[in-house]
Amino acid sequence: MTILRVRGLTKRFGDNEVLHGIDLDVVAGERIAILGASGSGKSTLLRCLNFMELPTAGTVELDGKTVGSERGGGRIYRERDLTGVRQRVGMVFQQFNLFPHMTAAGNVMEGLRTVRRQPKAEARARAEKELARVGLAEKADTFPAHLSGGQKQRVAIARALAMDPEMLLFDEPTSALDPELVGEVLTVIRSLAEEGRTMLLVTHELGFAYHVATRVIFLAEGAIHEQGTPDEILKSPKKDKTRAFLAGHRQFSF
Amino acid sequence: MSYQWDFAPVFASAPLLAEGLGNTLRLTAVALAFGLVLGLALALMRLSPRPWFSWPAGFVIEVFRTTPPLVQLFWFFFALPMIVGIEMTPFIAAVVTFSIQSSAFFAEVFRAGIQSIERGQWEGALAIGMSRRQALNRIVLPQAVTRMIPAFMERAIELMKTTTLVATIAYADLLYDANAVAQKTYRPLETFTVAALVYFVVIFAFSLLGRRLERRLAVGGDSTVH
Repeated sequence: MTILRVRGLTKRFGDNEVLHGIDLDVVAGERIAILGASGSGKSTLLRCLNFMELPTAGTVELDGKTVGSERGGGRIYRERDLTGVRQRVGMVFQQFNLFPHMTAAGNVMEGLRTVRRQPKAEARARAEKELARVGLAEKADTFPAHLSGGQKQRVAIARALAMDPEMLLFDEPTSALDPELVGEVLTVIRSLAEEGRTMLLVTHELGFAYHVATRVIFLAEGAIHEQGTPDEILKSPKKDKTRAFLAGHRQFSF
Repeated sequence: MSYQWDFAPVFASAPLLAEGLGNTLRLTAVALAFGLVLGLALALMRLSPRPWFSWPAGFVIEVFRTTPPLVQLFWFFFALPMIVGIEMTPFIAAVVTFSIQSSAFFAEVFRAGIQSIERGQWEGALAIGMSRRQALNRIVLPQAVTRMIPAFMERAIELMKTTTLVATIAYADLLYDANAVAQKTYRPLETFTVAALVYFVVIFAFSLLGRRLERRLAVGGDSTVH
């Protein structure tokens, strides 16, 4: 079942066109790794899917319903449309973006309380469950300032999970972490993959992408350059740019 | 030719001075409350991408920051009634003047505070489905306000000092009553010394309170957890 259908997605910042008409279908349970050099538009693509950036042109369809409404040949996005989509498409950021004035549990409860209007006890119970899932049950009442980078990112993942998203977007979730903290975050993401969650992941961890992804998309200059299974793309890429990119990342091992 | 200090006549007028202090505090508190609310509204308008919100807000802010408060007070007390035909009591005129005047400054404090919050905080909030308003109220403002407390205290103190201008339109604040006491007792030196001391004590206590508040609200709960 296709849960996300993207057609002709174009994004311009001023005169600079970053994405040139991307088409993408995501089937439930797929785990898509998006690779590409810096400036290839991979983060922008991800950010357009939950409307952190508004597409300049093109459509994003979620469960058969196109987001936004048509007007004068383009689309307008009302806040109500976007808050609805974002509850169903969770995002984990490179810089975590935890709320520093709230504890770990407070961060996870926030969406449940403010957006879902859940009673406090219910939200708290859910937060504890999600924190336990990412291995941080004992950190529920700790403020982000007292957590390591890896712990912060796991709280951020728990915060996204609490909203029961149909799909998760990971925007370079380990790029801001010290090398020794990368493993604990990847372990959590892998466990989510094993649950069969649908996820899109922008990453530089090619070994991780190889083992976890069901499909790999290689983006170059704002367009999908090559895509296929991890074996096809990472072991026997057909196109020169993909080969050149991988050659620059040869340090990874399968 | 040493001066013979004599505070007794001044202390005898303590009830009047206390009443003046009460009026000063009342005026400051009311103008502060209105000024904060109006200041937040002006800041949000000014931050709006829509020019028909941001321009009028910018205009009000600039006008009230660049004209002397005494001119503003006279304008609201003497000039405005000629246009609208409604006489204002000195208290109302003072509240109107100082509310708007301080709101212009508070608006800039709010604006700087809101802008100092990283974009990632907005995005973290929006990504879990919050509206912009919810993100502002729940995530951005609580952090911004904590950072703004020193600037708020500064402005609040400035406001209380500025309220002494109401003595010129015969509102019986502390300074106005002190002046009356000075004339009645022929003891201006003692009277105004006492008045200055009262201002000092009130404002100093207020700023100590502010510092404690600031420490308690330190971001990340660094001083409150464990």
